[in-house]
Amino acid sequence: MAAPLLEVTDLRVHFETEDGLVKAVDGISYSVDRGQTLGIVGESGSGKSVSSLTVMGLTRARNAHISGSVKFDGRDLLGASDEDLREVRGNDIAMIFQDPLSSLHPFYKVGKQIVEAIQSHRDVSKAQAYDRAVEMLGLVGIPEPRRRADSYPHEFSGGMRQRAMIAMALANDPKLLIADEPTTALDVTVQAQILELIERLQSEFDTAVVVITHDLGVVAEMADDIAVMYGGRIVEQGRADTIFNAPEHPYTWGLLSSIPRMDAPRGEELVPIPGRPPSLIHLPGGCSFHPRCPYVRDAHRRVEPVLDPVGGDPSHKVACLLDSATRRKLWQELQAGIRPEDARQDVIEEGAA
Amino acid sequence: MAAYIVRRLLWVIFLLFVVTLVTFTVFTVLPAADPAVLRAGRQPSPELVASIREQFGLDDPYIVQFLRYIGDILPFLGGDGFNFGYSYQSNQEVLPQILDRLPATMFLTVGAVVLWLSIGIPIGMISAVKTGSWLDRLTMGLALIAISAPVYFLGLVALFLFDDSIGRFPLLPGSGAYQDAENVLGKAEALIMPWCVLAAAFAAIYARFLRGNLIDTMQEDYIRTARAKGLSERRVIFRHGVRSAITPIVTLLGLDIGILLGGAILTETVFNIQGIGRFAYEAIVRFDLPVIQGTVLFGAFFIVIMSLLVDILYAFIDPRVRY
Repeated sequence: MAAPLLEVTDLRVHFETEDGLVKAVDGISYSVDRGQTLGIVGESGSGKSVSSLTVMGLTRARNAHISGSVKFDGRDLLGASDEDLREVRGNDIAMIFQDPLSSLHPFYKVGKQIVEAIQSHRDVSKAQAYDRAVEMLGLVGIPEPRRRADSYPHEFSGGMRQRAMIAMALANDPKLLIADEPTTALDVTVQAQILELIERLQSEFDTAVVVITHDLGVVAEMADDIAVMYGGRIVEQGRADTIFNAPEHPYTWGLLSSIPRMDAPRGEELVPIPGRPPSLIHLPGGCSFHPRCPYVRDAHRRVEPVLDPVGGDPSHKVACLLDSATRRKLWQELQAGIRPEDARQDVIEEGAA
Repeated sequence: MAAYIVRRLLWVIFLLFVVTLVTFTVFTVLPAADPAVLRAGRQPSPELVASIREQFGLDDPYIVQFLRYIGDILPFLGGDGFNFGYSYQSNQEVLPQILDRLPATMFLTVGAVVLWLSIGIPIGMISAVKTGSWLDRLTMGLALIAISAPVYFLGLVALFLFDDSIGRFPLLPGSGAYQDAENVLGKAEALIMPWCVLAAAFAAIYARFLRGNLIDTMQEDYIRTARAKGLSERRVIFRHGVRSAITPIVTLLGLDIGILLGGAILTETVFNIQGIGRFAYEAIVRFDLPVIQGTVLFGAFFIVIMSLLVDILYAFIDPRVRY
């Protein structure tokens, strides 16, 4: 089997601040194969954006301590020089961001901004680069691309801006596209279009995609693999259908039951996850999810869970102190409509033993 | 755009009218001294004072005096137009005297602007990019001193040190040299010290302003995009960062030029340059109302015109601005 396109191993990004050490990313590992899609899911402050910016070499704060390894296409990115990283950025790895209006320069025309991206990596004339920019704008579904290339970002609608960002990101035919909350700032009707566009272009260009989102619904359709992050760590990862059909971490359950579903009976309430994301400076001891976990036992406050493969499926890993049998029973109870607070105590007692 | 400019020009006229009214009110209704007595010289006879009052129409109601003043200025209401009255002191027409002094003020302003931009902008950029470096700390420390030191103080220190007749290190022509210089080169030489003194505080303000702006801009999402595109850091800073950060400088610059063209009162006074500022200063000291009115109106004119120009210019430098 060929080496994965992107391989992140034990990545840590810590920031030294006056209030203490912020462990934004604390030892995460994942890999993405060519043409595949990885969804990184988590609440704000779970470290999902910082980890991907670090992959791009864009974590520039002077107080950042980065360790671990990031291998892209056989190259080590963490140890790469600024100049080498610059070669990779926008060429091999491209990125799109949450807010397409603030992510495009307000003073330059859209076409010009794409031309700049092309010319910084390709030795082509301005006219050739411009033709390519127009071609890309057409490809992402912007009508009259030659005319629209001559517009400023503020003259575009939100969805069009994100399309333009995608056109710019894919103009150099990158091997990996990192999409950081690509639809969060957009209207719901436009969100689906943008996701569809990313999927279509992904298969056309054979690009690997990392989608970062707080919304499991976004990755439901497109991701092959999913990593769920909590408090700077991955708490569950596996194939997308496993995560949706047989999740084993209470946090993943919480995320799943907070998505509205079309097939749910009308009037069924969404169940929010209680509490707030943890402080990355004073992470709760033991399992960092324990203050919000409905199935917490005393031991969970002291013992740190490890991300271990679930029996029978080496690609599915969970960091939870409940034992696997208990988790499966609890998930079945949830599926059956039993609320966490009514979960059978004997099941939990069993798990704690 | 054309409609916008017309609307703004009408607004300019209204503003100038209000400025005239306020100046007139301040110096007429609340007089510090009777202009007729000032005009008459030492120990005047009551008859002389009365005839002067008669001559200048000072006995008329204030409203009549004001309307007469306005009427003389406006070109289409009879009279010659553009007549700003006559100086109580010299009995000469005010406007030609102001125009006579305009070149000195303009020369002083333009030179100082070039100087402070070419010092302030590079310093602002460097200290924004190298925040916290010794260079940043040094230049920002100096900037604080330059902003804090008043122009008249800096001017006097400069004269004390470098004036070629009285200075400790007689290097440069000093006070009054501008009038004595015979050609442009000589006048430029005479302005070296005033330029530096005037530019010091402005360069400091611009450097700090640009530094703050650029630091903020470099946190913007589109800077992150520029880096994600793989542009060189140099290009990210100059083409993406500075382009945005420097735009508000245009506003600042427009207004500062407007203010200085109306007369750099302190600098012109310290260095004895016969510009509009010095003219206004002398008029205020001698309570020469027509000259005060004229110079104030002139200063206000430059400020409103410059701010109009800035707003028009903005439509070209910031594509989001449309009128």
